[in-house]
Amino acid sequence: MTSRNLGRQARAGWLLTTPMLVILGLFLVLPIALALWVSVSNWTGRGSPLNSDVGFVGLDNYESLLAEPGLDRQDLMVSIRNTFYYVLGVVPLQTVLALLLAVVVNQRFLKGRTWFRTAFYFPSVVSSVAISLVFLFLFTGTGAVNQFLDVFGIEGPSWFSDSRGLIHIVGESLGVWSTNSPPSGLVDNDVLGLSLWEWFKGPSVALSAIMLQVIWTTAGTFMLLFLAALQDVPTEVEEAAMVDGATTWERFRHVTLPHLRPTMLLVITLGIIGTWQVFDQMYIMTQGGPAKTTLTPAYLSYSTAFNSNKWGQGAAIAFLLFLLIFVLTTLQRVILRDRDKVKSKPRSRRREPQNESSGVAA
Amino acid sequence: MKHQTSTLTALGITSALLLAACGSSDDGATSQDTSGSGSSAEPTSDGQELTMLIASSGDAETNSVIAATEAWAAESGNSVEVLVATDINQELAQGFAAGNPPDIFYLDASRFGDSAQAGNLYAYTAEGNDDFYEPLRQTFTYDGTQYCAPKDFSTLALQINTEAWAGAGLTDADIPTTYDELADVAAQLTTGDQVGLVLGSGIDRAGAFVVGNGGWWLNDDSTEPTADTPEVLAGMQYVQDNIAAGSFALASAVDAGWGGEAFGTQRGAMVIEGNWIRGAMENDYPDVEYTVVELPEGPAGPGTLQFTQCWGIAADSDNQDQAVDLVNFLTTPEQQMVFAEGFGVMPSRQAAAADYEAAFPENAAFIAGGEYGQGPISAPGLDAVVADLNSQLEAIGNADLESVLASFDTNAKAELGG
Repeated sequence: MTSRNLGRQARAGWLLTTPMLVILGLFLVLPIALALWVSVSNWTGRGSPLNSDVGFVGLDNYESLLAEPGLDRQDLMVSIRNTFYYVLGVVPLQTVLALLLAVVVNQRFLKGRTWFRTAFYFPSVVSSVAISLVFLFLFTGTGAVNQFLDVFGIEGPSWFSDSRGLIHIVGESLGVWSTNSPPSGLVDNDVLGLSLWEWFKGPSVALSAIMLQVIWTTAGTFMLLFLAALQDVPTEVEEAAMVDGATTWERFRHVTLPHLRPTMLLVITLGIIGTWQVFDQMYIMTQGGPAKTTLTPAYLSYSTAFNSNKWGQGAAIAFLLFLLIFVLTTLQRVILRDRDKVKSKPRSRRREPQNESSGVAA
Repeated sequence: MKHQTSTLTALGITSALLLAACGSSDDGATSQDTSGSGSSAEPTSDGQELTMLIASSGDAETNSVIAATEAWAAESGNSVEVLVATDINQELAQGFAAGNPPDIFYLDASRFGDSAQAGNLYAYTAEGNDDFYEPLRQTFTYDGTQYCAPKDFSTLALQINTEAWAGAGLTDADIPTTYDELADVAAQLTTGDQVGLVLGSGIDRAGAFVVGNGGWWLNDDSTEPTADTPEVLAGMQYVQDNIAAGSFALASAVDAGWGGEAFGTQRGAMVIEGNWIRGAMENDYPDVEYTVVELPEGPAGPGTLQFTQCWGIAADSDNQDQAVDLVNFLTTPEQQMVFAEGFGVMPSRQAAAADYEAAFPENAAFIAGGEYGQGPISAPGLDAVVADLNSQLEAIGNADLESVLASFDTNAKAELGG
């Protein structure tokens, strides 16, 4: 009886999931498998990569990207450097900003709460192409941003054509070094085809402008995640903390934040994955310039394939990027994992007060 | 755990099945395709449907091309569908990969080498091939074979803001004919917010001075890099010295996206741009008065750069004969003059040069460059190498030129030698 029932259920289950499996197979598994093949082939972009003229070249494409000194490796390292600084700047800032916005619009007594929620979320809904074009105009040399800075007597840079690195600029203004004659200890030592001086360049002014845009755009999305989690914070626990005499800050730090931990983990993970894959902004605004300081692995993969006709190498870059993201997110999960032994409890606890709090919010 | 494994297996099986299904359907489609076109080609060579992919500068160009192809279609009994690409390189790449590229398409010189090497192009020459300017034919030659017919071309010339020129007390007699004179007038034209000569960044502008010094980045048959030579260095050094002196500037330094913008906003009293600047000035800065003269001569004679595209025909096209016939029609001197009048390009045939000069005397400085200009780099595999050179030259003002040129040679050798 039960086993027959189970068998029927399993069949029904398979039947219902088949459309999704087909879609996943067709649009996810298959293209990935094909890309993996391209990355170890010498496909020139002519005809199907599966036809008999295409040869297997082993790890040649990966080798020229990682092992052989040359332009291919240098470009990849430049793109990884750029994106490293980009992630380092964007992920913490967008997380903090998203949390801040969520806390603000979660105030029960805030007037026009819905309006603010919509306003903060708005940039996430607008196409990144449209936003990028607007930012191009805002950040021209005589654009609105520089005119605003001018009010305070600051002469803004011509953002998108300024390739100077922030660390280089700060170092120079502090008198640590001069960018015209950088310290030879940094210039003469190469790591993976790039000098230490280049590695420690920091994000360029152009990249920083893109970072500002991305933080502004994505903070709204993550605000929504934090907001949902904030509404789940059980009111009785907060009240209990209040009765115990906890200040507002103490309640935020010791009650709200621990409760947000799973969401925080999610936001940071999504943030790291999304930022390492950044492509739209570079494709529309800078094409990797000025002086390759906005080159990212995703854009490099595209241009290697489409502009240089090196399809295998372009695919190889994509897989290296995947590996990098995989390693980094794993690392980040290990670092941020919940050290409390009780793991399943917060989940079951969260479900009960949900109705109550959403009732309050409505 | 068990559940997961079975899901994965299912996924594996599904994808394997799909792979098989796709493979077979692919074959089916190809055989169907060839048999279909074969049967319709049997009666006569007429009545074919050709697709043409173009990258249009605007409605004027699109309409001119459509009108021309319709005229040919009516005459030959075929039909042509003209498609306007938004990103032609990407759309061509997709067509080549899918095995159904457009029959005939615009092909930029910078993409030519890679396409020819990958076997995407059908090699042909149009009627009267010798009449095309020699550097243009050379541009579309790979491994000793010319693959396609130059569609049209552009050259660089010197644009001078007449108001600034008169304001600095200069007359027609002062129009520079040597690099030294150019540096002198640029210095005289540099006042306050205005720089004497503004250049777009990269080798597509500064490279003209390399040609004037008798150098080039590659040897004549594009098999060896020759950037690390005194001639190339002299050309780049000239630009660097004048930027250091303040009388030349890159467009980005005067907050412009390209030379034409700097010229329009009058931040640059002179710029070096091609014939496309006419349309931009007319549309965006109609009030700026200017004249166009040939670039001054360098120590090794006159030198300018040419930019060009060709009419590519796909190796996978079923209608190659018709496509060649269409190119013959589109590249007659008469038709090239129609295009010149329609959207401002310059005929790639020397036979049309006299007509062009008569019709557009103000563009004589541009067409003159057809005789002595240097075509663009079109060897395969060099896209990233040239991009790297250009990115290093963004800081040409204080770059270590010798090491920049040496790095180009190293990178180019790795691509060309392999």
